Amino acid sequence: METVNIFIRSIFVDNMVFAYFLGMCSYLAVSKTVKTSIGLGIAVTFVLVITLPINYLLDTYVLGPGALSWLSPELASMDLSFLSFILFIAIIASIVQIVEMVVEKFTPALYSQLGIFLPLIAVNCAILGGSLFMQQKSFDNIGQATTYGLGSGIGWLLAIVGIAAIREHMSYSKVPKPLRGLGITFIITGLMGIAFMGFMGIKF
Amino acid sequence: MSASRKQILVDPISKNNPVVVLMLGICSALAVTAQVKPALVMGISVTVVLAFSNVIISLLRNTIPNRIRIIVQLVVIAALVIIVEQILKAFAYDVWGQLSVFIGLIITNCILMGRLEAFALGNTPFDSFLDGIGNGLGYTAILLIVAIAREFLGSGSLMGYTVIPESFYEAGYMNNGLMILPPMALIVVGCIIWVHRSIDKDLQE
Repeated sequence: METVNIFIRSIFVDNMVFAYFLGMCSYLAVSKTVKTSIGLGIAVTFVLVITLPINYLLDTYVLGPGALSWLSPELASMDLSFLSFILFIAIIASIVQIVEMVVEKFTPALYSQLGIFLPLIAVNCAILGGSLFMQQKSFDNIGQATTYGLGSGIGWLLAIVGIAAIREHMSYSKVPKPLRGLGITFIITGLMGIAFMGFMGIKF
Repeated sequence: MSASRKQILVDPISKNNPVVVLMLGICSALAVTAQVKPALVMGISVTVVLAFSNVIISLLRNTIPNRIRIIVQLVVIAALVIIVEQILKAFAYDVWGQLSVFIGLIITNCILMGRLEAFALGNTPFDSFLDGIGNGLGYTAILLIVAIAREFLGSGSLMGYTVIPESFYEAGYMNNGLMILPPMALIVVGCIIWVHRSIDKDLQE
């Protein structure tokens, strides 16, 4: 039940875009058409689902306070958590590289669809943000961490596809000149965020 | 200081502002703007990291192989962010707690990668340093405007000090609780872009 709760909350309540503004750069730059935004959304979800369990294991068995005690009891007082930024970003960058190579080798069709987005994901704040929030929330087991990754990814996908659909339609509407493009996108994202706040307090 | 160097420093503050013109670094920025104090600390941290990573990458620019430059840049940025985080944790613990994961997210702040790629890889260390300071100030300026608007309208205070007099509240004035909530940061930035582009017509799309 706890796992279902994490899943639902991470999609709607703690939405990466609307509640924490993570991944905004690619969210704003890529959301011009629905098709490309679906591709990027799937890629982000994919990388989140792979990196979160790895970073969870790293955090639990290497970085956290006393996490190294499985190696020898003398190391129980070690706290390496100040290293987590550099290790998390290294893991993310290398996973993205591996995912890129695997996808290119086995499913060339998907690779050409995702194209340039895959390498860019390494510097997407939503991915590193997912790992840092995971560390802060201190989940009980690896299943919950993976579920959190999947939920956050789906939440991000929903947000970017939603804004892309609105932006496609907006080309027919009369927006004041200085607001066109970036400005109106910000305001619409804000309004979508207010709409998403309606989900606050959902529990199972 | 020569005119071109002055331009490197001043341009990013308004004309080439990283946030509202180049659309960089919005990710980790907006969540910290509910109050002025964390926004100011965040702005200073980003400016410091940006200036020094620009200098380091600029010094290394002829030795880094092109294929692995992204990972080298990430390592340099991450190391600097860790230093900043440890300093904040030691000297400004309460602000460190408020900023929480968003300090770590400076690593993936697009301004850093953007400036390293676009400027530091092709310019001398001193110019890169000025570019870093300029862009950091441009970023801090936007954060401060958003934070001042949100804290003033949302809690009636600035830097934690109440500025709206008691008599206003007695006359029926209410703080706008909506301003504290995350979505309003986006709307405030939207309005800043609106004003900025009405003044500078070249930027309109």
